[in-house]
Amino acid sequence: MDSDLSSQDRKDLDKFIKFFALKTVQIIVQARLGEKISTCSSSSPTGSDWFNLAIKDIPEVTHESKKALAGQLPGIGRSMCVEISLKTSEGDSMELETWCLEMNEKCDKDIKVSYTVYNRLSLLLKSLLAITRVTPAYKLSRKQGHDYVILYRIYFGDVQLTGLGEGFQSVRVGVVGTPIGTITLSCAYRTNLALMSSRQFERTGPIMGIIIDHFVERPFTNMAHMHPCSYRTPGEDEGGTYAGIEDSQEVCTTSFSTSPPSQVMPSLSGEMHSDVLCMCGTQVTTTSLDLPFAAFTPRANDLEVNDPMVHPPPSPAPSSPLQGSLHSNSSSHSGGQPQDDFVMVDFKPAFSKDDLLPMDLGTFYREFQNPPQLASLSIDVSAQSMAEDLDSLPEKLAIYEKNIDEFDAFVDTLQ
Amino acid sequence: MNCRSEVLEVSVEGRQVDEAMLALLHTILLHRSTGKFHYKKEGTYSIGTVGTQDVDCDFIDFTLVRVSSDELDRVIRKAVAEFKDALGNSGSDGMGQISLEFYQKKKSRWPFSDECIPWEVWSIKVNVVNLANEQERQICREKVGEKLGEKVINIVEVINRHEYLPKMPTQSEVYNVFDTSLKDVQPYLYKITYQITDSLGTSVSTTMRRLIKDTLAL
Repeated sequence: MDSDLSSQDRKDLDKFIKFFALKTVQIIVQARLGEKISTCSSSSPTGSDWFNLAIKDIPEVTHESKKALAGQLPGIGRSMCVEISLKTSEGDSMELETWCLEMNEKCDKDIKVSYTVYNRLSLLLKSLLAITRVTPAYKLSRKQGHDYVILYRIYFGDVQLTGLGEGFQSVRVGVVGTPIGTITLSCAYRTNLALMSSRQFERTGPIMGIIIDHFVERPFTNMAHMHPCSYRTPGEDEGGTYAGIEDSQEVCTTSFSTSPPSQVMPSLSGEMHSDVLCMCGTQVTTTSLDLPFAAFTPRANDLEVNDPMVHPPPSPAPSSPLQGSLHSNSSSHSGGQPQDDFVMVDFKPAFSKDDLLPMDLGTFYREFQNPPQLASLSIDVSAQSMAEDLDSLPEKLAIYEKNIDEFDAFVDTLQ
Repeated sequence: MNCRSEVLEVSVEGRQVDEAMLALLHTILLHRSTGKFHYKKEGTYSIGTVGTQDVDCDFIDFTLVRVSSDELDRVIRKAVAEFKDALGNSGSDGMGQISLEFYQKKKSRWPFSDECIPWEVWSIKVNVVNLANEQERQICREKVGEKLGEKVINIVEVINRHEYLPKMPTQSEVYNVFDTSLKDVQPYLYKITYQITDSLGTSVSTTMRRLIKDTLAL
C-alpha cells in the first residue's frame, strides 16, 4: 500500500499527522477554557506556526497529548479522542462530548502530501475552530464557575460514546484523504441536557457563603481539578469498557481557571498531579487562597484525609448522576458539611489561639457579653414561690408599721 | 468549470441582521483566506500565519470565529451595514439576499477587460421578522443562535468536500486569484453584492430579467 509513497513523503505525512493531532487537541481544549480566544495574524512567516495558523500551545495540554499518543500516531484502528465532561461542585460528572480523530482505509494515492494534504489539514483545523464554538458544550464552558467546571481527557484507541446518553448527535468536522488512509474528524455530543437547563448553571452567588464567613469549611474540598482521570475506576456503570485503553489512559484531568497555576498549588497536598492547571475563571479555586485567615481553615493534612487523590472514593453514581444530586443535597463526597439552608457555624473569633491564652477569647466574650444580674433580682429571691410570698407578708407588714415614722419623714422630704 | 453555488437562509429580528451576516460571512472567509504569500527566487513561496478571534454577539446567543484582520473586518462590516440600510429603506417586508462571490480574473486581450470568473458563490437569504415583546426577543436570541450554528455546520460541510479551488498561482498571477490588498491576510478574490426583494416577493433582478425576456419575445 505504501510502496508508491516516497520515504520523504512518508516522513512528512507522519509529521503532519502528529502535529495535526496535537493542534486538534489544543483547539478543542482551548475552546472549553471558558474564555474567548484571540491570536494575531502575521504576514511574515516564522516557520513555527504549523498549518499556517496561529494556535497557541498550552504546554500541559501538549504534554498530555504526547503522553496519550505514547509515541504512536492516530491510524487505522487507533483513534485519538478528546472527551469533554462537566463536573459539578457536588462531585457529579457528566460527559458532554467526544471529539474523535480517526483514520479509515480509503487511500488517495495521487494526492500530493507536502502541498494538498498540508493545506487541507489547515482547512480542517479552521473548521474545527468554527465547530467548537457551535456545539452545546461551548455555551456551558463559557458559564463554568462556581457550580461546575469543564474537564478534558485524552485517550487513544477505541472510541467510547456510551457516556453521552441517549440520542447523542454527531457532527462531522471534515475529512482529508492521504496516501495511507483518510483522516476524519468528528464530534459526538450529548443532547440530553434536560437536567442542566442553563438557568441552573448561570453564575450564582457562592453556595456556602464562603466569602462572607471565612470559617465555613471549604465546600469544594473534593473539586475535580484535584482528581486525576484514573479516579474513574473501571467497572463503573458506564459499561466498564475501559479495558481496551487502560494502558494508554489519560491520567490527568484538569479544569481551567483564570488564576495562574502558582496560586492554586501551595495549599494542596503534595499528591497533586503536576499538570493540574486551574483556569475556570471564578472564585472557586481562588477564594480559598484569598481567605484572609486562611491559616485557620482546616490544614493541608486534614485535607489529605478527605482528598480522593490520596484515598480514592468509591465509584461514583451511574451514568445520570445529576438526577439525584441536583435535587437532593446528599453527596457521597461531602466533607461533612451539612448542606441545609442554615449553616451551623462554630464561632471562632479572629486572632484566637487556644493554646496561648488561659481563657478562650470566645468564652470570655460570652461570659462578659451581658451585664451581671442585679443582687435584688438574685436567684434566691426569685426562686420563692407565690405561697411563700403570701406567708411572709404579715411579717413584712408588721416591720413596715413599726418604721412608719421613717417612711413619713421620707415622704416629707420629697414634697 | 461550473461555479459552485450554495444558499443559506436565516430569519432574524431587525437588530440581529448585522451580527447574523457577519457570523456567516466571516465563517466562510475564515476558510477562504490564507496567510500572505512571500515568493522566493526559485519560484517557491512561504505563507504567513493566520490568527483567529472569537467575537461574542450582542443580540444573538452566538460566538463567531473570524480571521484576525481588522482591515478585512472593516470591509465586511461596511458591506453588511449597506445591506442592512437597504433592507430598512426598501419598504419591503424585510427580505433580501447578500451574496459572497469568489472569483478568478482571467486576462483578456485588449480592448476587452479582464474577465471575472466566479468559482464559488454563497447566497445568504435573510427574512427580517418583527417581534412583539421582550420574551419573544429572548427566545429569538437563542433560536437564531442555534440556527447560525446549523449554518456554520452546513458551511463546513461544503468546504470540506474539497471541490474545485483555484491552483496556487505564480508570483505574476497571484493578483488574479487572491486579494493582496490587505497587509495581514490574503483572502481569495471576492465581491459582496446584495439584492432586496420587493414586497411583491420578486427580487429586482428577477423583474428586470422578465422585462428583458418579454421585450425579446415581441
